[in-house]
Amino acid sequence: MANIDWPKQGTASVLGTSPDRLDAIAKASGAAKYTYDIVPDKMLLARVLGCPLAHCKVKSIDVAPALKVPGVVAAEPMKNAGDEVLWEGDILAIVAGETEGAVAEGLKAIKLDLEPLEFYVDDANLEAAEKADRTRPAGRNVRTPDDVDDEDEYFEKLFKECERDGVVIEAEYGVNVITHMCLEPHGSTCVWEGDKLIVYHSTQNVSGTAPQFASPLGVAASDVTVICDYIGGGFGSKFQADEWSVAAARLAKSTGRPVKLMLDRATELKTAGNRPSGFIKVKVGADKNGVVKVWDSHHWGTNGPAGAPVSQAVIPYVFDPPNRRRVVTSISTNTGPARAWRAPNHPQGCAMSQTAYDDIARALGIDSYDVFLRNLPSVTNDKAEVYADQMKIAAKLMDWKAKWHPHGKGPERDGVVSGLGMAIHTWGGAAHNSSCTIKVHPDGGVEAILGSQDLGTGTRTVIAMVVAETLGLPVDAVKVSIGSSKYPASGPSGGSTTVGGVSESTRRGATAALNMLLAKVAPKLGVDADQLQAKNGRIEVIGNPSKSVSWKEACSLLGMNPIEAQGNFQRGQSENSLSSSGAAGVQMAEVEVDRETGVVRIKKFVAVQDMGLIINRKLATSQIHGSVIMGIAYALFEERIMDNKTGKFLNAELSDYKLPRLGDVGEVVVELYEPESEYNRGVVGLGEPPVIAPGAAISNAVCNALGVRVPVLPLTPARVLAALGKG
Amino acid sequence: MKDHDQGRGRSGFSRREFLKGSSAAAAATALSVGPAVARAEEKGTKLVGPGATSLTLNVNGKDHQVQVEPRMTLLEVLRYQLKLTGAKPVATDGSCGAATVIVDGKPISAATTLALDCKGKKIQTVESLGGPEPDQVVKAFAKADAQQCGFCTPGFVVAVRAFLDKHPNATKEEIRQGLNGNLCRCGTYYDVIEAALECVKGGS
Ligand code: FES
Repeated sequence: MANIDWPKQGTASVLGTSPDRLDAIAKASGAAKYTYDIVPDKMLLARVLGCPLAHCKVKSIDVAPALKVPGVVAAEPMKNAGDEVLWEGDILAIVAGETEGAVAEGLKAIKLDLEPLEFYVDDANLEAAEKADRTRPAGRNVRTPDDVDDEDEYFEKLFKECERDGVVIEAEYGVNVITHMCLEPHGSTCVWEGDKLIVYHSTQNVSGTAPQFASPLGVAASDVTVICDYIGGGFGSKFQADEWSVAAARLAKSTGRPVKLMLDRATELKTAGNRPSGFIKVKVGADKNGVVKVWDSHHWGTNGPAGAPVSQAVIPYVFDPPNRRRVVTSISTNTGPARAWRAPNHPQGCAMSQTAYDDIARALGIDSYDVFLRNLPSVTNDKAEVYADQMKIAAKLMDWKAKWHPHGKGPERDGVVSGLGMAIHTWGGAAHNSSCTIKVHPDGGVEAILGSQDLGTGTRTVIAMVVAETLGLPVDAVKVSIGSSKYPASGPSGGSTTVGGVSESTRRGATAALNMLLAKVAPKLGVDADQLQAKNGRIEVIGNPSKSVSWKEACSLLGMNPIEAQGNFQRGQSENSLSSSGAAGVQMAEVEVDRETGVVRIKKFVAVQDMGLIINRKLATSQIHGSVIMGIAYALFEERIMDNKTGKFLNAELSDYKLPRLGDVGEVVVELYEPESEYNRGVVGLGEPPVIAPGAAISNAVCNALGVRVPVLPLTPARVLAALGKG
Repeated sequence: MKDHDQGRGRSGFSRREFLKGSSAAAAATALSVGPAVARAEEKGTKLVGPGATSLTLNVNGKDHQVQVEPRMTLLEVLRYQLKLTGAKPVATDGSCGAATVIVDGKPISAATTLALDCKGKKIQTVESLGGPEPDQVVKAFAKADAQQCGFCTPGFVVAVRAFLDKHPNATKEEIRQGLNGNLCRCGTYYDVIEAALECVKGGS
């Protein structure tokens, strides 16, 4: 009998190898069908109309003129008279028609009567927000020894000591709002078959969205099938059915034709989610070695109308000095509501605080590496030793010691200076709940079926590898079916939970299937089932591999009926955990900054990352490449730009929203950190962790190059020049 | 050495040319029929529209009859009439490269090209690089794992194919400079460079 566990490190045949992703050719050759690509016969195209004002009251929305446009088939208002609209781009109406052109004309024809209301969009400016009455306290958390009565006096005393014996810095940092910018926008293709609805939905949550369609449409959840074979990006923004997709389903019903509604780019960016901003004022005291003794900060920011800013729990980030006070203020703005963005809170927390740790090094004139190393004993997780080990590896890959110069003291060549910076991160990444069916057919075919989705992680490939490892088969022997709500439910893909979740359930399911098969084979080989194992495409007697049958032969013993085994994993309830949580990583950046133009170039980036047991090394590596590049994007290029005077999102188009291009990425060196201690923890999610630290690491590298801090991300040429006093 | 002209890059087609060559660029939403009419008059051809007219498009070596309004982009016709959905609608102004197709040997954005303007031309989409024996570039993308969500990937594959056709011996630096018309949100650039280099090394 095979047990529920992983093979010992070094003994696996499939796990830890690097097969190509199963759907690579389908994706690269355009054969993969995304939601946007589903084109049922007689399909209507639909688009929505976003509100032109940042804050208003709806007096009326007249769609009748749209219905007169040739080619427009249906139109509906999505707000009622009297409704308050809280941001530019919130959706007012939907139009469906025969062609893109007809729909666009229809949207233009809609007559709006909106009563403008006062708005506020400036999230960086705390004073202005207070004046506009847009702030509210959002948390205050203090840690001091128990016997401290007067907090202010105590902090003042600590700062005085640090001033005398070490250093005190006072600084401001910030990270602007960014969007998800999924290249496939949010949306659906909705098809009714009688009273049953099929929604091809671009979603991170195949198993969880059917009820969200069913309830507003007044049908049973069991009558809704959600399908998502491929998704063109989600990053945390695609967990819901969303009102626009429900509206598309409604139009599909009323017109009797399939309807495809994908958000246009501007609406996508204004309405379908963003990452909250964070701005901080901080005073930090450290001893002469750079060990932080006291932290006192106030940060603010917005997540849209609700205001909720970056959590205080990530300030300061990973490091946790013995004395700290952190105060948070939320700012409510007339901007689109935030949604989870890859590693919620962490990238902002990292960029708002590990920059301060680097400024301690700058103030003391010591190596940033040493300051990070000396503060490791304070980390909030139990990974001080892991970080120290990872730092050593990263420094070697970066050649840190040879390249290091004190902040602002490096040589300048043709106005260009170079610099080094680092940051560390952490993330949970515990497996989500997951169930699966594993089928073994009498002809030897193997299927894994589960309601999961592939965001680009390589979910299909991971599942196939786990099943192949379990059954002693090659990866391509396993057929994987994911992407339907009719399959056994698996959790939503968020927070780096998927690879853990699906490997938990499929390892369990495949082991159960194998045990059923071994029971059939045992009598034939004249041994007990627990003396058998699956290896190299055969079922063999342990210790006596010459006594064996081929996989095909073994399966032929099943007669007419395939094996159908269930695999089930419930977080915190399942025995023999195959997964764990808690990832650590160290990243280092080397940049070149042109002091004349303010342009920052990434020369080299090193990422050392643990993720427990590694399933596919190639996919893990490319996922880290991608995270680093996404990190470079928010460190140097992208931000939402709001116009304080009109309340408009000024750069809500791809041509205006700056993102790195292929030539903007320097050398990226990835080290998959997998000592036996990590391997033995089982699978830990990887999607979020490596995207967290690039902001702080790059900001620190730029500061090391210039000798001055560019306080707010992204570090655009204009901000760099302003920090140099050339703005 | 005009390949080194600023803004032209090594790809042999500059961003500007890429956009200019697209007759719909001026009417990014493809709503206005004006530019198409003006063009038609210039060429002395018969005016068509605003309703749909029948047109033959040669796509991947085969002729297809399509019904085209003058304002329809090539992308809309490829995707919704021919169900060739490899080219993706991401930006309406060609700024992302996701809708890259090859027309008469040149990479263009199907999102900013009017279908009518492709009459009599040879259109090649990413689908022509797939099939049972995929193109070397497609295989190299798989090997280098140069796709994550994969939504940008077909556009990249076509752009890399066109670039390498023109620069079969491109260096890493030339690749870094010549493929900046395409955008990827998942951050596959590093691996796209590897894939392109693999094709240079592997020869064809
Ligand atoms: S792979 Fe997702 S956008 Fe490029």
